[in-house]
Amino acid sequence: MAKILLEMKNITKTFPGVKALSNVNLQVEEGEIHALVGENGAGKSTLMNVLSGIYPHGTYEGDIVYDGEVCEFHTIKDSEAKGIVIIHQELALIPYMTIAENMFLGNERGSKFKINWNETNDLAAKYLNVVGLKEQPQVLIKDIGVGKQQLVEIAKALAKNAKLLILDEPTASLNEEDSKALLDLLLKFKKEGMTSIIISHKLNEVSYVADKITVIRDGQTIETLDKATDDISESRIIKGMVGREIADRFPKRPKNIVNDMGEIKLEVRNWTAYHPIYSERKVVDNVNFNVRKGEIVGIAGLMGAGRTELAMSIFGKSYGDNISGQVFIDGKEVHLNNVREAIDHKLAYVTEDRKGNGLILSNTIKLNTTLANLMGVSKHKVINKDEEYAVATDYRQKLSIKCPTVEQNVGNLSGGNMQKVLLAKWMYADPDILILDEPTRGIDVGAKYEIYCIMNQLVAEGKSVIMISSEMPELLGMCDRIYIMNEGKMVGELDAAEASQEAIMSHIIKAG
Amino acid sequence: MTNSKLLDFVKKYTMIIVLVLVLGLFAVMTGGSILLPANISNIISQNAYVFILATGMLLCILTGGNIDLSVGSVVCFVGAVGAKLMVEKGVNMYLAILIMLLTGTAIGAFQAFWIAYVRIPPFIVTLAGMLAFRGLSNVVLNGLTVSITGQVQFVNIFGGGANCYIPDFFHMGSINGLCLAVGIVAAILFVFLQLKSRITKKSKNYEVESAVAFWFKTIVIAAVIVAFAFRLAQHKGIPTVLIWVVIVILIYGYITSNTTVGRAFYAVGGNEKATKLSGINTNRVYFLAYTNMGLLSALAAMVTIARLTSAQPTYGQNYEMDAIGSCFIGGASAYGGIGTVPGVIVGAVLMGVINMGMSLMGVDANMQKVVKGGVLLIAVIFDVVSKRGKWIAKN
Repeated sequence: MAKILLEMKNITKTFPGVKALSNVNLQVEEGEIHALVGENGAGKSTLMNVLSGIYPHGTYEGDIVYDGEVCEFHTIKDSEAKGIVIIHQELALIPYMTIAENMFLGNERGSKFKINWNETNDLAAKYLNVVGLKEQPQVLIKDIGVGKQQLVEIAKALAKNAKLLILDEPTASLNEEDSKALLDLLLKFKKEGMTSIIISHKLNEVSYVADKITVIRDGQTIETLDKATDDISESRIIKGMVGREIADRFPKRPKNIVNDMGEIKLEVRNWTAYHPIYSERKVVDNVNFNVRKGEIVGIAGLMGAGRTELAMSIFGKSYGDNISGQVFIDGKEVHLNNVREAIDHKLAYVTEDRKGNGLILSNTIKLNTTLANLMGVSKHKVINKDEEYAVATDYRQKLSIKCPTVEQNVGNLSGGNMQKVLLAKWMYADPDILILDEPTRGIDVGAKYEIYCIMNQLVAEGKSVIMISSEMPELLGMCDRIYIMNEGKMVGELDAAEASQEAIMSHIIKAG
Repeated sequence: MTNSKLLDFVKKYTMIIVLVLVLGLFAVMTGGSILLPANISNIISQNAYVFILATGMLLCILTGGNIDLSVGSVVCFVGAVGAKLMVEKGVNMYLAILIMLLTGTAIGAFQAFWIAYVRIPPFIVTLAGMLAFRGLSNVVLNGLTVSITGQVQFVNIFGGGANCYIPDFFHMGSINGLCLAVGIVAAILFVFLQLKSRITKKSKNYEVESAVAFWFKTIVIAAVIVAFAFRLAQHKGIPTVLIWVVIVILIYGYITSNTTVGRAFYAVGGNEKATKLSGINTNRVYFLAYTNMGLLSALAAMVTIARLTSAQPTYGQNYEMDAIGSCFIGGASAYGGIGTVPGVIVGAVLMGVINMGMSLMGVDANMQKVVKGGVLLIAVIFDVVSKRGKWIAKN
């Protein structure tokens, strides 16, 4: 048996209010490719951040044993000095620097006072050759495609004398051909003795390259499968990823039966949108779907499937370029060219990124609550502050937002309460159709339950809800119908009765 | 008062407390002369342009810590145009005023267009404006001074000079009766409005501050208004320029705190993406901020040339810095989204008091700049550090 290069023992990491990792164990042999799989939010990236020192020693419990010694990494530099190099999902390259400059950023050749550009370019060319990228080191990053950029990242890692390469979703933004090339490169490195850890959602790729597969679920290691001895088929891996019971975590709601259901409220036909920067990339590809009155419809999919982009492009074209397709509300075609028009047509989009896109953290609950419907509390554009206070206080009570007064800044609230303020804001805008994007992300179980109750109440009032979520149990628990999206396309539609985690996953994987 | 309550109080009214302390310090060090009626009156007249410009600058800063560097040059240019028109072309005063306001607004709109719709960084656009309008002022004036001492009416309406006071029709001897009366009426009106709002809130069962705090705050502010009016009355009464300043403060104070447009400024500065997704046209918000800055620059230009009774190519230098400094000292956030008109006025008064106090003490003008720089830096450090709760930012 080969030498154990890395062992992570009983790693526990807590964030305020959430236990992200609990007693996770991981063993990686020298010279193998080890895959880490699990649902979104299972804790894979957190584990790798612990390993690379992004979460420094002391902020987690447990030991990291690397190459026979216990390590305490305080910064990324510490782990890189040992040869552990992580390549993140979002590429960390600077567009207006050359390939060579990017490769040696923070690791410059020459002395502190004079960069040796000849050596830099020469070495860069050498590593580019190793990864099989035929570009000059002097080419700017912005001028090469994503696939090539990913190779530059790998070359950059090699330039740091990587012994253990960690790749977080390396193929997420690559097309099939580039993905294959990248995986073959990893296999080539393996032959040369490199050890890699790869995090991936694409199970076919995992089966293709990995020697061992560790499954993580809800912050715990579930099992490690060995290619040599175990069945590592996709269905076997899926079982490990999702095999959990759905407990009584969802409030009861009389399920809508198709006959009782209201007429179609919103219908989207042939919806297509392109990436705002990479204008040739289709992010939403000819999507069709509909929602009925009083219905909760889910959209399942992995991160990067294009669900948020779909929702935002419908919501007043707030995402994407070259958008085409038709939107019908109550059977009539509408054109929603900006957010105002979308709101006026009684559509609301509750963002997944409540801090970045949803709330004004430096301002009060009151201000945030009325922001999308200032008309409601003003006359001739003058705000009636007493009325505004009353509205905000009303929603505070209705949604039981925990805060001393609505004059408090939103930035001081917990995630769950922030989410409620965000919901209050859009409920006050009085929409008929609400698109909730990851409405329970990063909030605790109790607050999740409350949010589910609010959703049930909304549909009971005859509103339509579209719920985008990466947590399959919650989609299964809440939705009347579930659409499945993958790589910009709708790849399936399931009724509540026929939906299961396995069914959803296999739709995604078949499509991928 | 418990410890945490005291801390909250100090945090909330930091700059007012600082202002009182600084005023007290200078009162001691100048042997009380800073509180003499003539000096109080002068603080208003000398700093009228700062009050006006700082109010406009607040709107720009609210949109995200963006500043307008061009205001000094625009003040000079608009003043030059106005002086030229009135003195050399013999244009009627009212027409000249209209042209000046339109010129300022047009300049503001021009710069605002590039900032708001083309999204050229405000720093660049207004730096260009700062250079261009300084140059154009020279061109308009041929590098010379145009005296407007002959435009008595204009000077009296906008000025802060020797005879630019509202005439008194009470004739009470050494005390200006009108001034005192206006002060008392203003104080009574203030108390009345505060009380009315409190009663409305109470009747609807909204939260109100404790009666003690309410009456303390209301009475202190009313007393300050009366005392201030009394001081002015002991001098020559209400400087005409104070009328303009008060109008600007009231209008913009109202817009920022009570209207949907004002709300949009805070929202954009707090989180532009969220604001956009709430259906607010953010481009328009930027456009309004910088167009309005042009309008207020024109008003500041009139005040400036009236006080100095001339237009010169060098006027308005560093005015932008006075305005920006007042905003930040007055609690506006360098990242946008936070700041109030009253706060900014307190900041401007603090700067004015420091200027006046140091001048009375005979501090060298260069050292005065050093002190003002220090005050600005400390104010912003205080803002940033108190919000972060830590001295050093996380690496």
